[in-house]
Amino acid sequence: MFKSAGVKTLFMTPFCLWAGIFIFVPLLCMIWYGLTNDDEIFTPANLTLAFEPPYFKALLLSIGLALVSTIICLLLAYPLCLILTDKARDLSTAVSLLFILPLWMNSLLLTMAWQTILEKNGIINQVLRYFNLPDVALINTPTAIIIGMVYNFLPYMVLPLYVSLSKIDKRIIEAARDLGASYMQTFWKVILPLSLPGAAGGMTMVFIPALTTFVISALLGGGKLLLIGNVIEQEFIAGYNWHWGAGLSMVLMIFILINMAVTIFFDNSHEEVEEK
Amino acid sequence: MESKKFFALCILIFTLALTGCGLSAEEEKSDNVVYVYSWGDYLDPEVLEKFEEETGIRVILDEYDTNETMYPRVAEGAVHYDVICPSDYMVQKMIANNLLQPLNFDFLPNAKEYIGEDFFRQSQSFDSENEYSVPYCWGTVGIMYDKTRVEEFPNSWTILWEEKYKDEILMQDSARDALMIPLKIMGKSMNETDKTALKLARDMLIKQKPIVQAYVVDEVKDKLISGEAKMGVVFSGEALMIMLENPNYDFVVPREGTNFWIDSWVITRDAENVENAHKFIDFMCRPDIAVINFDYLGYSTPNIAVQDLEEDEEIRESPVAFPNPEVYSGQETYKYLGNDMDRYYNNLWLQVKVE
Amino acid sequence: MIVRLKFVYLAAIFLFLYAPIGVLMAQSFNESRYRGHWTGFTFKWYDSLFENEQIFDALQNTVSIGIFSAGIATIIALITCVALREFGKKPRAIFMGVANIPILNADIVTGISLMLLFMGMGLKLGYGTILLAHIVFNVPYVMLCIMPQFMSLDKSFYEAALDLGASPFQAFVKVILPELRPGIFAGFLLAFTMSADDFIITHFTKGAGVDTLPTEIYAELKLGIHPEMYALSTLVFFFVVIFVILFTMARKRLADKEVF
Repeated sequence: MFKSAGVKTLFMTPFCLWAGIFIFVPLLCMIWYGLTNDDEIFTPANLTLAFEPPYFKALLLSIGLALVSTIICLLLAYPLCLILTDKARDLSTAVSLLFILPLWMNSLLLTMAWQTILEKNGIINQVLRYFNLPDVALINTPTAIIIGMVYNFLPYMVLPLYVSLSKIDKRIIEAARDLGASYMQTFWKVILPLSLPGAAGGMTMVFIPALTTFVISALLGGGKLLLIGNVIEQEFIAGYNWHWGAGLSMVLMIFILINMAVTIFFDNSHEEVEEK
Repeated sequence: MESKKFFALCILIFTLALTGCGLSAEEEKSDNVVYVYSWGDYLDPEVLEKFEEETGIRVILDEYDTNETMYPRVAEGAVHYDVICPSDYMVQKMIANNLLQPLNFDFLPNAKEYIGEDFFRQSQSFDSENEYSVPYCWGTVGIMYDKTRVEEFPNSWTILWEEKYKDEILMQDSARDALMIPLKIMGKSMNETDKTALKLARDMLIKQKPIVQAYVVDEVKDKLISGEAKMGVVFSGEALMIMLENPNYDFVVPREGTNFWIDSWVITRDAENVENAHKFIDFMCRPDIAVINFDYLGYSTPNIAVQDLEEDEEIRESPVAFPNPEVYSGQETYKYLGNDMDRYYNNLWLQVKVE
Repeated sequence: MIVRLKFVYLAAIFLFLYAPIGVLMAQSFNESRYRGHWTGFTFKWYDSLFENEQIFDALQNTVSIGIFSAGIATIIALITCVALREFGKKPRAIFMGVANIPILNADIVTGISLMLLFMGMGLKLGYGTILLAHIVFNVPYVMLCIMPQFMSLDKSFYEAALDLGASPFQAFVKVILPELRPGIFAGFLLAFTMSADDFIITHFTKGAGVDTLPTEIYAELKLGIHPEMYALSTLVFFFVVIFVILFTMARKRLADKEVF
């Protein structure tokens, strides 16, 4: 966009300085903890720890639950955003505020409110009992954790997706319809590819926090399901074992690499690179 | 475009208003301060006001929700607090890591006079010479059960293993508190360091897991009050709150023994306001102040003058609020078992939770 | 039929999003301090809320830290995205990955490592360090919101503006920024939200006596959440809803005027 390389460097400087101090230094500090033991001797033991039974099980469970939540968020968000982009454009700000608003309540209080809704004597079961229907067991199950995650992270999917869908030129869609494409065809061939970058951003913002959350699993899972976030928290806080905590956390860095790969995959700017 | 300006203006006014208030609040700084780091809600705000009025010392209060989240902030020296209120084993850990300084009891006349001797004696298990800590709150751990829904009298921890209460049991979610129970059933010490005994305790907890409804921390109060579970492992201070809210519940300390916990005032090694810190601790030991804190908090107090000053008869006569000495005599208190043992406990607990 | 289906879907999502808020509101009128235990209707928590200076101090800190950290993070993210657009796919992905590190790390790792960093830098923990820490984890969220839009920008408009004699800066402000507005707005909102809700990072980077609403709430856990917090949540909720309605109406009126 800006032709000269000087501008590019100039604009990159603040971030590089920023990242150098506030991302790399803390990162190095954690890598140091992750690669040493109490006697400050280098050891890879903290990293391989993640693949030992209790930890690996927690890691797999976390990945599974985070994946399921991300997919549910994506499936819920697409129709929602498509409906919303149909509406008049001057409503867009109001709509995004309405979606973000639930998040302005404290998430701990909201998660506790979900306890009140899902519990054995909770609101859902009270309503079911009123209609003489059998109770459902939701609290302290993986389902409850997924509900909690979807609730907490859905807006992170909706916002970027909504933004990228609303940027699609209506004329392209009309053109596709005029050329005889069905609604589904238009969606698969036109809308979906154009909204992929937004969806990728949303997936990152849902998957990553869902992977390391521990409040939701503690409150809605009844502490009976251990996620990797709980383990890291417990190692740091209860065990006061920063080496193990940092080591486990470093293993999660793999997901940064996966994330980079996904970003490259969804990056639809190839024509530009070719231009150069 | 107009609307954008309107919006920007709104935000600007809002921020200015907020920061304006923020700045004006910071102006009234004085050197005469004491930095206190205590459990959340452990002090009645009224008491702090009285202290500031009487002594002219400004209290800067920070609060934490567990010993373990407090510790790194103090150990790393993130903030130089003067007075802290850790629990027993944490006091010992802080002493061991050279984070505390000995108290000067000449400046603590109220502590010498009104804090029960029993509690100082019990404190010796974590503060061997009674040099570093003044007890502030204490209690036991027991079973809270719904009298209307549990037929038998649960005076043994083994009731928590009974199939018929499947999905009706709440357990504490922390390594020490959870392992304490099977250790007591086996007749072992809750400060056990023998790994075979600990592994047996772990296996008992794993066996118990299918009938446990949830592992909880602070949520236990809400869950019991609303009748989610028939019984739960709770601290005696919470027990009083639950009983006042829902009279169906009763609290019992099982016969195998329990944890006699004590939260104590200590002064940090790098405290900058040592004199003020002593004044603060002594103020908290004054009977008229202790009774205000007791009413606010509801946790048992080691202050021997409080029971007579308590105005509410129901509470004054409550054996949960003011237990007989026999409830706690001969009971153990948690000790700091060293870093390696802490991690071992922690690891066993992880193994239970991941099953 | 399809219109009705759409309506039902929207209603279901809104019910899902707002049900817990309904519970919070109900609690703010509950006589009992404990969750899920209804003992009667009362306004007393609202009374005591207005006498509670501590909560308002915390609210002030939360809102001002939220606005400043989100604002600064938005500026940093915007500048970075401008530069990143010029990079090839791979370096861009690497930079984005680096930016995402603070949110991928478990909060506690970010919190403790930032605490150590600030102490190493000789900073006194307080309001400023909380603000810095919040900017750290806010930048990636804003970038994730702005970047996709930036990539799909049609640069011919920008070039046209240059051809018509605009300076690059003018062209950027007049042509690019308006196009990016929804993304910037969404990023700012998300960043504000993250900041206002963060507990752990704040816990480790805060100084004595500086509290935000989340640290206040966590401290209350041991003896039970003070229902004043529910009352405050209810008030904030209505405040924002009214603001949104007024804002939309004002925009509509302006838009109507512009037509004439």
